[in-house]
Amino acid sequence: MLNQTGIPSKDQVLSRFPKENDLLKPKAILECYEDIPCNPCATSCPFDAIDIGENINKQPVLDVDKCTGCSVCVTSCPGLAISVAQLVGEKAVFKIPYEFIPLPNPNDIWKGVNRAGEVICDATIEKVVSSKIMDRTALLTVSVPRNYLHEFITVRKP
Amino acid sequence: MMRIEKHPILNFEKKKEISFIFENKQVTGYEGDTIASALHALGIKTLSYSIKDKRSRGFYCAIGNCASCHMIVNGIPNVRTCITPLTEGLIVERQHNKGVIK
Amino acid sequence: MIKKELIIIGGGPAGLSAAKMAVDSNLDVLLIDRSPSLGGQLIKQTHKFFGSKKQNAKMRGIDIAKKLINDVKDYKNLEILSNATVVGLYLDKVLTVFYDGKYVRYQADAVIVATGASEKFLAFENNDLPGIYGAGAIQTLMNVYGVLPGKDVLMIGSGNIGLIVTYQLLQAGVNVKGIVEAAPKIGGYKVHASKVRRLGVPIMTSTTIKRAVGKDCLEAVEIISLDEKWQEIPGTNKIIDVDTLCISVGLSPMHQILSMVNAKMKYIPELGGVVAVVDDINQTSVESIFVCGDALGIEEASSAMMEGYLTGLNVAKYLRKPHPDSENLIHNYHQELDLLRNGPFGQKTLIGLQKLKETSHA
Repeated sequence: MLNQTGIPSKDQVLSRFPKENDLLKPKAILECYEDIPCNPCATSCPFDAIDIGENINKQPVLDVDKCTGCSVCVTSCPGLAISVAQLVGEKAVFKIPYEFIPLPNPNDIWKGVNRAGEVICDATIEKVVSSKIMDRTALLTVSVPRNYLHEFITVRKP
Repeated sequence: MMRIEKHPILNFEKKKEISFIFENKQVTGYEGDTIASALHALGIKTLSYSIKDKRSRGFYCAIGNCASCHMIVNGIPNVRTCITPLTEGLIVERQHNKGVIK
Repeated sequence: MIKKELIIIGGGPAGLSAAKMAVDSNLDVLLIDRSPSLGGQLIKQTHKFFGSKKQNAKMRGIDIAKKLINDVKDYKNLEILSNATVVGLYLDKVLTVFYDGKYVRYQADAVIVATGASEKFLAFENNDLPGIYGAGAIQTLMNVYGVLPGKDVLMIGSGNIGLIVTYQLLQAGVNVKGIVEAAPKIGGYKVHASKVRRLGVPIMTSTTIKRAVGKDCLEAVEIISLDEKWQEIPGTNKIIDVDTLCISVGLSPMHQILSMVNAKMKYIPELGGVVAVVDDINQTSVESIFVCGDALGIEEASSAMMEGYLTGLNVAKYLRKPHPDSENLIHNYHQELDLLRNGPFGQKTLIGLQKLKETSHA
């Protein structure tokens, strides 16, 4: 499916999510499903939690225990294929990369979108960070209802 | 308006205006433009006509490879307008033939 | 006639990288580029690059261009000629250059051809209508000159360029109505595909363009589905209203200038088309004329840089002015190139290079 539509299958997505218990703390979700020559996620991680190895064509593997959810990898990934997810009560809180204008403002309600580009829910913008080191890839903290944990991927301006 | 004003990655500052003549009319582009980019920003997509059937032609590659953007500039035919910087007072005309050297 | 030790034709990632190694080796170098600015196609790549640190991964292409230019611009032994087109290359390494309305002649001890690639085109009814542009052309227009190509775009081709340009069109506020791909599978990296799909752009595989519609410029496009044998399926035609069609069906090496010296050429589809037959140091069948980058086979810019560095080092050695750290650097850049080509996307290049090698030993 991914090869025809650009939409990863449910199994592919689930394979990149740690157990729900681990998600009580923020963890990186590495949605890189293909062997491509690229390793900035691994070299940018300050905690050595992402391993690609000598052959940069391998897919990244996350050490869930080492990952602090710091989100440095989110804005380092040239493929915009990484987000950070956390379960907080009834909410799923994401940190996602965003490269469009205008940027949202905290407390804005935008649309939550799935991997097929369909609007699935409301998404509350909690925080917007854009620093020099992130090099024009903004990091949005967004919360959506908990049941969209595996569906939500990005936001769209309403 | 075909000019990008705001962009998430790039900065397009307003630059100095440059006036030039296109098909006997005075028009305006900006410093840093090529002839083809200035014309496109004005909504002008047809740069020449094919030699035999006189079909409209625009540019294709925009980097000087393909010859699709050839125009007559200051009387000189076959100028690759996609890589020729726009300068003040240029006289630009659509080309209808192989080009005639005067 | 002006004499130079080395003349490099093309100031893109390969040419600039070759220039860096050559000037570091104390060669007297002339770098010629036909565009107003150096950097080749990097100057319109607004996305962050793949690869590893050695290829400036996660830096945006536009900034890699600046870096490569900065790396060479202060050398006294480098002369840069922009807005200059090489129109003649001869066996005695004489070059005729069209510059500032005049023809200027140069002669060099060695020449590196780093002319890059040109965009392929596609045959269909009305394919000459204004509004039908190469993907690279749209990038140039949008990201270099800040001019929008149109309002509604259809993309033909789902290779990395098609996918990336789609994303860049969306960033500039242009509506992309879809990506059409004749093959049954997406051609480029899936991360790029997912990136545009989640933004709502449908990717239609096993689909092709049938014709363009319009009088003086493009008004609509007719597409049609293909079966497993790439044959059109009757009744699946669809008309899509767009004012811009973006064609991204691959690149061909810009080899033409090498034909002027009768360099031995070979058609190798895996490398994108006709390329020069070269030896281990990228020397063509014509003594002292070298080639590197996309002109020797279509790859990513990261590979073009590595190949440029390597060729610069090898040419310096060939001219008996080796770089002080020559052997070490040659070893490292070889390793980097091998790494970049070590995944599934590198296989095509490896097969192509193998074919090229078999020819040169024949």
